[in-house]
Amino acid sequence: MLLPRAIPLRERELPGAGLTQKQAVIMSPLVSIENVDMRYGGPGGTLAVSGLNLKIERGEFVAVVGPSGCGKSTLMKLTTGLHIPQGGTVIVANQEVTKPVSIVGMAFQNPTMLPWRTTLENILLPLEIVERHRHRLRANKKEYVAKAEALLETVGLKGFGDKFPWQLSGGMQQRANLCRALIHEPELLMLDEPFGALDAFTREELWCVIRDLHASQDVTIVLVTHDLRESVFLADKVVVMSARPGRVISEHVVPFARPRQLDILYKPEFNDMVQALQGEIATARAAA
Amino acid sequence: MTSVESVIAASTLPPPRDAFQINWIRLAPWLYTIGLFVVWEIGVRISGLPHTILPTPSRIFEAIVQYWSPIWKNSLQTLYTTVLGFFIAVIAGLGIGLFIGWSKTIYAGLYPIMIGFNAIPKVALVPILVIWFGIGTVPAVLTAFLISFFPIVVNVATGLATIEPETEDVLRALGAKKMDIMLKVGIPRSMPYFFGSLKVSITLAFVGSVVSETVASNNGLGNMMASAQSNFNVPLVFAGLLMLAVEGIAMYALMAWLERRMTGWAHRSTMSN
Ligand SMILES: Nc1ncnc2c1ncn2[C@@H]1O[C@H](COP(=O)(O)OP(=O)(O)OP(=O)(O)O)[C@@H](O)[C@H]1O
Ligand SMILES: [Mg+2]
Repeated sequence: MLLPRAIPLRERELPGAGLTQKQAVIMSPLVSIENVDMRYGGPGGTLAVSGLNLKIERGEFVAVVGPSGCGKSTLMKLTTGLHIPQGGTVIVANQEVTKPVSIVGMAFQNPTMLPWRTTLENILLPLEIVERHRHRLRANKKEYVAKAEALLETVGLKGFGDKFPWQLSGGMQQRANLCRALIHEPELLMLDEPFGALDAFTREELWCVIRDLHASQDVTIVLVTHDLRESVFLADKVVVMSARPGRVISEHVVPFARPRQLDILYKPEFNDMVQALQGEIATARAAA
Repeated sequence: MTSVESVIAASTLPPPRDAFQINWIRLAPWLYTIGLFVVWEIGVRISGLPHTILPTPSRIFEAIVQYWSPIWKNSLQTLYTTVLGFFIAVIAGLGIGLFIGWSKTIYAGLYPIMIGFNAIPKVALVPILVIWFGIGTVPAVLTAFLISFFPIVVNVATGLATIEPETEDVLRALGAKKMDIMLKVGIPRSMPYFFGSLKVSITLAFVGSVVSETVASNNGLGNMMASAQSNFNVPLVFAGLLMLAVEGIAMYALMAWLERRMTGWAHRSTMSN
């Protein structure tokens, strides 16, 4: 299931085909969050994030970590336009976010498969919604189904398309959930603790699936996680957030070369980095 | 994967079953019903109650045979008013339920009104319906409708209003409009609630139509029982009750069957609210 990483990250072809390397450099980041404040429940409500600044480049894999309740999920919702901030600006793909942006795929800890649809129908659901695909779906059904089946195969669910979600285990549902987030080829994949409820073996297996996905496709990934090993293993950059109201307190570039194998988890450099992050979050929690 | 193998293994092995085994679970409802009648028959005979107070089942069956023609006619009439009222309740209940569940504001605003309305005993409305529509079929249908549409509304609205926020977020992030979310998630999701509520509703519809027939009609089982009572024909009153019970059970079973047919998935999966 290992896909060789064909081209190094920085040189990969950009989604806007035909762009030269130079134009790519001067292009702005895919996501740019500037000085954002977000308060829930009107004035006097909970200030979830405050003075939040974050830039995410195209093709980058960013992991967001921080104390519980610090506003990580809020960050995801701000980026996807599910919430509009009271202060500051969120810019995605050169456009200020004022409504849900349609270039994203999302997956949460809870797989939220619809129980009345088969796994395959669940995976095809985004295509019935996304403007670009919904009119083509009926005529090109075969092509889309083939694509969904190919995705299922990549996550190790070959032949499970016609099972209902409740006939799958939790880990298998989570894999299907990933397929659903990917079917419409989003430029930006937002994962909010997608592996939180899984056992260690399944989790590591899915880490590899995500890693290979990122290596083989032009996708920018933002992963919220509580698992620091996960963040260091997968990401190009780990972003640490402060306790509520959340803001970014530091960004760490992960120095390990790709493709990374699971045995990196037992290397001292890896553990040093995990421990440094651990310490930082502990301090951030204590400061609250 | 192991689950594939186990599915195959399970389907090739015929389940061990004794062909001559009596299925007690399936027989149980019949046995218990017969038992009830037997106990009733014996109890009344031993205590020597006159059949003007509590007739024996055999006396009631006798009455059914004796008065079969009016019983049949009135049973059909009651079934007709009930089913018609119930049918209107299904249409209106679905519509109002979808409307209420559509937005949190509408839900918040209309819910207390609905509760208040439901608290009114529907029998109190019958005189008003009689003033508006006269006696007969119309008030019976309307009472059946009024009494049975509330559970449908509440259940459909609840199904819509309890969509998991994550599911909604996933779809909204794809650019889904409210309409998309309702069509793709809300409505299919509320169907188990809807079909579940039909079982409650149909029995309530019988209550409505019979109440109305009793006070404001010249036909139907309610009217038949009321006039039998004024003639001290107690076995006929009980015959009417028995017919109602039979119709009620038949319609309930139909609704339960429909529920299983339409939303089997909800019974096999744990639906999280
Ligand atoms: N819908 C909401 N209404 C009101 N307050 C909210 C809402 N969602 C989040 N909050 C508040 O905003 C803060 C940040 O929430 P958020 O869900 O972003 O945290 P998180 O970092 O994702 O936490 P966790 O790691 O536990 O998932 C929390 O204190 C929470 O109480
Ligand atoms: Mg969260």
